[in-house]
Amino acid sequence: MHTKTIAQLIEGLRSKEFSSVELTRHYLQRIKERDGTYNSYITVTEEAALAQAEAADQRLAAGDDSPLCGVPIAHKDIFCTTGIRTSCGSKMLDNFIAPYDATIVENYQKAGAVMLGKTNMDEFAMGSSNETSYYGPVKNPWNTNCVPGGSSGGSAAAVAALLAPAATASDTGGSIRQPAALCNLTGLKPTYGRVSRWGMIAFASSLDQAGTLTRTAEDSAIMLNAMASFDAKDSTCVDQPLEDYTAGLSNSLQGLTIGIPEEYFGEGLNPQTAERVQAAIKVYESLGATTKSISLPHTHLAVPAYYVIAPAECSANLSRFDGVRYGHRCDDPKDLADLYKRSRGEGFGDEVKRRILVGTYALSAGYYDAYYNKAQQVRRLIKQDFVDAFNQVDVVLGPTSPSPAFEFGAKSDDPVAMYLEDIYTIATNLAGLPGLSIPCGMVDNKPVGLQLIGNYFAEGKLLNVAHQFQLATDFHQQLAPETA
Amino acid sequence: MEWETVIGLEIHVQLSTQSKIFSGASTAFGAAPNSQACAIDLAMPGTLPVANEQAFRYAVMFGLAMNAEIGKRSVFERKNYFYPDLPKGYQTTQLEEPIVGPGVIDIELENGETKSIRLHHAHLEEDAGKSLHEDYQGMSGIDLNRAGTPLIEIVSEPDMRSAEEAVAYLKKIHSIITYLGISDGEMSQGSMRCDANVSVRLKGEEEYGTRCEIKNINSFKFVEKAINVEVERQIDLIEDGGKVVQETRLYDADKNETRSMRSKEVANDYRYFPCPDLLPVILDDDYIAEIKSTLPELPDAKRDRFVRDYNLSSYDATVLTAERATADFFETVAKTSGEPKLAANWVMVDLAAYLNKSEQKLSSCPVSAEHLAQLITRIKDGTISGKIAKQVFEAMTAGEGEPDSIIEKRGLKQVSDTGAIEKMVDEVIANNQAQVDNYKNADEQKRPKMLGFFVGQIMKASKGQANPQAVNEILLKKLNEQ
Repeated sequence: MHTKTIAQLIEGLRSKEFSSVELTRHYLQRIKERDGTYNSYITVTEEAALAQAEAADQRLAAGDDSPLCGVPIAHKDIFCTTGIRTSCGSKMLDNFIAPYDATIVENYQKAGAVMLGKTNMDEFAMGSSNETSYYGPVKNPWNTNCVPGGSSGGSAAAVAALLAPAATASDTGGSIRQPAALCNLTGLKPTYGRVSRWGMIAFASSLDQAGTLTRTAEDSAIMLNAMASFDAKDSTCVDQPLEDYTAGLSNSLQGLTIGIPEEYFGEGLNPQTAERVQAAIKVYESLGATTKSISLPHTHLAVPAYYVIAPAECSANLSRFDGVRYGHRCDDPKDLADLYKRSRGEGFGDEVKRRILVGTYALSAGYYDAYYNKAQQVRRLIKQDFVDAFNQVDVVLGPTSPSPAFEFGAKSDDPVAMYLEDIYTIATNLAGLPGLSIPCGMVDNKPVGLQLIGNYFAEGKLLNVAHQFQLATDFHQQLAPETA
Repeated sequence: MEWETVIGLEIHVQLSTQSKIFSGASTAFGAAPNSQACAIDLAMPGTLPVANEQAFRYAVMFGLAMNAEIGKRSVFERKNYFYPDLPKGYQTTQLEEPIVGPGVIDIELENGETKSIRLHHAHLEEDAGKSLHEDYQGMSGIDLNRAGTPLIEIVSEPDMRSAEEAVAYLKKIHSIITYLGISDGEMSQGSMRCDANVSVRLKGEEEYGTRCEIKNINSFKFVEKAINVEVERQIDLIEDGGKVVQETRLYDADKNETRSMRSKEVANDYRYFPCPDLLPVILDDDYIAEIKSTLPELPDAKRDRFVRDYNLSSYDATVLTAERATADFFETVAKTSGEPKLAANWVMVDLAAYLNKSEQKLSSCPVSAEHLAQLITRIKDGTISGKIAKQVFEAMTAGEGEPDSIIEKRGLKQVSDTGAIEKMVDEVIANNQAQVDNYKNADEQKRPKMLGFFVGQIMKASKGQANPQAVNEILLKKLNEQ
């Protein structure tokens, strides 16, 4: 059962090939037996999952046709869940239980999905390797000496290790797409504002976007159908008509124009990764698409601009973790300053502290114009690059990350090297565009990801382009060793 | 040396919306601690703000009433600092692009002159909670009911030159916000709070002196006192060869002094930046025009109308229109009784004295406008004299009901029956022959003055109920017959 895609599981449940309880038990059993190796879950919600599965079976028996009725999924531990701990990968929230559900959690409940548990992640979603989690690193199912990527490393490892058929995730600078690339998955970050941020713990509010990790583009479309909604509780959510993202999957790519940004194939890109991406371009040409070389001239400014804006927003977003109302509080504070200093000093890990300090500095009097304002100007230029590009092409194609999965510790002492992991993904967040990563081959038995970037609210087009590739190739069907 | 005082005010006004500025929690005053704080107000992780449209409407109403520019694009920013009653670790406020831009408003001074005070801007922001340091055995309690209550902060230019002007401006703002109904303006409950920036300079000097900010002054009286005592302090300091240090000071009403809270030099760097959770709010002309069309008559317009329609003096009209409730009350009395002059007198003198003495508000006053109008009508139609009316009014304030039933019950109807009055006049003349002789021997010019004695005696005999006009006529006639 665990090798089936979401589309196949829905079919199996409806045709009574298996029940939701059987399916859920099966996954819970696998998690119990195997997750000791990967550490992909922080919390497994066995009892709640079985209760939900039972209810789903009754609904299925009664003819309920909710799109995901009885399908088990995992949620990244950044999404608040009523009555179940939401840690955000941090000691700060090790004891935090929200009295509300994130809107996307609610949406999946309404769609009938069963929650298996909450997945591991970089602390407060800050990281590209899942090494900053308070709950320990997550191992890449393709090579357990390697990182799964981050920050949604737990969600990626869980799906790649077949410990969940799909998982929710979040992407602030590449946190869905880079783990998807490193774990041979399909990872979708929708347009900023397509999916509600209510109940998703904020890292950088203007960049954060929830999305999904699945094994196929079709599953991604099914998952997005349930996830997307307009939510009045999130002022940045866009009131855009909902669509059926599976509807256009089969469209032909004849006449499609794909833009290949020259800046995405420069220095820093692993040559073998580049080869796999070039091969993918050939596949698209064989499917009737035409390719066009384009320029995104401000690409080199994306990482520096991001590492001003994201830390600036995070420095304010994380101020609420002060030991006063919830979360970690130090023992016996001697006064207010001591309460703040020790609660935050003990509750946050190094990478979180680094970003709070960088952001605080960037917003300080005398530096604001040089850093924050300048970064916002750069952000507008980057957005304009894409607006110009989409006047000429339908989608933009390139590598997701510069190289395949790296070993633990390889970049953890060099923040800049780590930040460059997201060099191809960050611009999408700055521009607010949808981006998707799909498998396009292997280098040294490690997966390589192909990134597709679409115009605003063109998720349907992106998924169609990804699905057609997956019909023509079998990279996405390859499973990590010892998982089947 | 002749000194000049320079004052600018920052006034925080709580807007009387039903719910908070970024959450659906209630803003009602006086609930049990933390019973009106939802997950958003508590800054629980993952929660997001949604701006309250009513707060924007109120702010636009205020801007229009201040003849100010309306910010068609306004942006919320985060003002970062740590404090236990500030749950998010930042206050959501406006800085670069506020909802209300520059404006100007006239204030009336006691010498009858008017002066224009410029508004720098007014912005929307959220209030913080409250820290309570008593009764917790060395710990502090935090009440977040107030956290997220919408405020407008109204920032003036440093255009005021005396404490009196500052109070007049503050009263004008109070009058405008209560007319608009956008705030209850209760200073005692913190619905309106005032910070005063005060500096002094030698008269004729162009540059401003170094200013001190006096925080959170919570009554009109204290604003005046705090400014005066701070001005005195600064002048003494400079004349003794010292220098004013820019700082925040607190007014201690018990000691009538200001004292240093913290120096601005070590003040926080608030690291303002636009709040990414809230989009810029764009208002179009139609929206603003629609709000403009719903504005009530404002104090200045009402004052001019009272002068025109009721023939009141400008001073009386200003006093009567300072508070909307007073103006409405007066207008009902004036219209119902048809006697605007008498109505103005009764409202400004007798009613004001009663409210002042009993420390009551018009809203809780047992005397209704309809009853006061009836009282005035009874004076006018001769049922009672002005003097008796005071007695009736006192009974009305004691809650005894409408004037007619008080007059009836207490038998206060004026005696206009000439027969009865003649009888009383005859008695008084008979019992006071000496005074009658004096009167008759006095020359014409002195006589009217001497008449008072007889009138007094007659009124006494009638327990004040004799119609004074009839008494006068009959008395004159009878004395002349002597």
